[in-house]
Amino acid sequence: MAAPKKAAASTPQDKTDGGSPPEFTREQELKALRDMLLIRRFEEKAGQLYGMGAIGGFCHLYIGQEAVVVGMQMALKEGDQVITGYRDHGHMLATGMDANGVMAELTGRRGGYSKGKGGSMHMFSKEKHFYGGHGIVGAQVSLGTGLAFANHYRGNGNVSVTYFGDGAANQGQVYESFNMAELWKLPVIFVIENNRYAMGTSVSRASAQQDFSKRGASFNIPGKQVDGMDVRAVKAAGEEAAAWCRAGKGPYILEMQTYRYRGHSMSDPAKYRTREEVEKVRHDQDPIEQVRNRLLAAKVSEQDLKAIDAEVRDIVNASADFAQHDPEPDVAELWTDVYR
Amino acid sequence: MPIQVLMPALSPTMEKGNLAKWLKKEGETIKSGDVIAEIETDKATMEVEATDEGTLGKILIPEGTADVAVNTPIATILADGESAADLAKAPAPAAKAAESAPPAAAKAEAPAPKAAPAPQAVAEPDPEVPAGTEMVTQTIREALRDAMAEEMRRDADVFVMGEEVAEYQGAYKVTQGLLQEFGAKRVIDTPITEHGFAGVGVGAAMTGLKPIVEFMTFNFAMQAIDQIINSAAKTLYMSGGQMGCSIVFRGPNGAAARVAAQHSQDYSAWYSHIPGLKVVAPYSAADAKGLLKAAIRDPNPVIFLENEVLYGHTGEVPKLDDFIIPIGKARIVRSGSHVTIVSWSNGMTYALKAADELAKDGIEAEVIDLRTLRPMDTETIINSVKKTGRAVTVEEGWAQSGVGAEIAARIMENAFDYLDAPVVRVSGKDVPMPYAANLEKLALPSAAEVVEAAKAVCYR
Repeated sequence: MAAPKKAAASTPQDKTDGGSPPEFTREQELKALRDMLLIRRFEEKAGQLYGMGAIGGFCHLYIGQEAVVVGMQMALKEGDQVITGYRDHGHMLATGMDANGVMAELTGRRGGYSKGKGGSMHMFSKEKHFYGGHGIVGAQVSLGTGLAFANHYRGNGNVSVTYFGDGAANQGQVYESFNMAELWKLPVIFVIENNRYAMGTSVSRASAQQDFSKRGASFNIPGKQVDGMDVRAVKAAGEEAAAWCRAGKGPYILEMQTYRYRGHSMSDPAKYRTREEVEKVRHDQDPIEQVRNRLLAAKVSEQDLKAIDAEVRDIVNASADFAQHDPEPDVAELWTDVYR
Repeated sequence: MPIQVLMPALSPTMEKGNLAKWLKKEGETIKSGDVIAEIETDKATMEVEATDEGTLGKILIPEGTADVAVNTPIATILADGESAADLAKAPAPAAKAAESAPPAAAKAEAPAPKAAPAPQAVAEPDPEVPAGTEMVTQTIREALRDAMAEEMRRDADVFVMGEEVAEYQGAYKVTQGLLQEFGAKRVIDTPITEHGFAGVGVGAAMTGLKPIVEFMTFNFAMQAIDQIINSAAKTLYMSGGQMGCSIVFRGPNGAAARVAAQHSQDYSAWYSHIPGLKVVAPYSAADAKGLLKAAIRDPNPVIFLENEVLYGHTGEVPKLDDFIIPIGKARIVRSGSHVTIVSWSNGMTYALKAADELAKDGIEAEVIDLRTLRPMDTETIINSVKKTGRAVTVEEGWAQSGVGAEIAARIMENAFDYLDAPVVRVSGKDVPMPYAANLEKLALPSAAEVVEAAKAVCYR
């Protein structure tokens, strides 16, 4: 593929803009609140089911990071693809995948998105353009670049949103992908979810360059640091990046500065950070509380907000019920889907 | 005394080549390092640099001459003060060979294959080819190229990507001409970044495109094996059948010649271990074409193991509009009743030579070309062993956990009562591939070892 000739473009490495991000309409605020709440309540329920032994293996919760996927999804169009790593429940719910199907996959049941054969880290939805769900740290970055390659090949105007963490950002194939994405001007937004810890290793102990928006600098990929706890900032940055990609200018990096409240996985001893640190972020920056407070300030009634809470709880409770009562896969499923 | 310039070898295995062009005329001054001529094989074109200074005295081999043997004097160079009258004094034996242009870098070049045709002493007609079909003689390289070109004409979702596949025309010239026909959008030169472009290919395939990913050699695919196995092979299962990928990973596999341990490994056993992958390893030109077309159409990830030594071998390829060899079917290439020899890819070279030798001693070997390693055509092997009662496997890879070990186990499981002798494996020796010519030869299997093994199982 011939790389388009490019002018010596400057590579913006914007910090988060000083001012507040563009305001949301009331409808946008309500949608953001509802979608983030759904993820949080879902994840809390998943944690509970894990504790009860209903969910096995690995289970990586997204609590605290909800504004990232919800804000990005608000910036996308139908047809844009999403791909991520193993902390994927929030991404799936944000793309509109059914909570029952996700929860039933967590419990390994036949109604799960992968018929119970993938589990927490391996789910997909062609219909919702969700390409997984990948358990090998960093592998989704090359795959997501491949989704963008396909968009470019077909000329369909779609963008691949490729999520990975601050830990995955140190994998070699990430930079192989950056190189090809910029060389071929592929429409891919690399969303680096910097939640400050790669499992138990803080960014400062693992990363020589801790400003992840600069990780594409040597490939001339523009990057931006974003307040990933503010859903409005995420959406605005996502729109800017998507417009860049759709204009044929190639990839864009968004470093989402976020935080996970729970451990890396359910078996995390949490010895690498203090309770106080977690509590401070929860208290000062919680993405859901930010929206709730703005809505209350805008005179939305407590009752209206409670109605959203109730709707979300019903969905989550129903999914937990479904996931515990749906049968396990038929034993014949052991041998299916190896080839087609 | 005039200096002779000899026909250089592009590689240790090159025996002859064409003198394509003279870039200097008789009487012209020559400095060390000047490019004086171009030579070519079916694989590559190379410049001949002078290593001596003087005047080009006489061109002994005119341009356009084909099949000039390596070390044939092609010109004489007169040193300062010498004249044409001195030409007669040129020494008869090799004085100084001109050297081919810069020695092959590990990534860029590897030895050209032997020009000799493969001993395709095919006794059994291929049941996939209708009787009376017109045949064309092609190299395996050309057969592979035609397979890709035909499938690319047929389906706009098929594209080829890899290192040097486009403008260079393929490191081994397998993709020759594809860029010219299909353009840069569908014939894509990648950076040297196997892990990354394998992942890009798999990601594109997940959306329904059908990539052909060329590895310059499968030795380099070890960089990419995570994407091949964890992403390509497992996704269909992990997604409950929702999302898989139709993708071909192809390139030369196994030993070439004199490229030592890091460029000579046979990955047959590695990939054939993996559920979710299909693994194909053809030996003949017809199979190379028919199976590659089948691989490109297959909705699953297919590992297509070629062999560099075989690229230049010629064979008869059916002239059919759409010649497909189904994946998963072995072929009895030579029928016999005394011993079954099972091999694939370049292992067939040893197997067929051995069968010829054995026939002289009255042992009729049945030779099976497996063609596909996964799914393995166990039935064809078992039916043969039930007839012969004896089996030998031949592979260039290592014996431990190898394909021969798998075949032996299947024979034991399915035809134990028919065996008159334990199965014997002929394989590559249990060492990294050495560089020295004599050691390399010892490390690889040989027809003599196959003969010995066959005689052993026949108690002869």
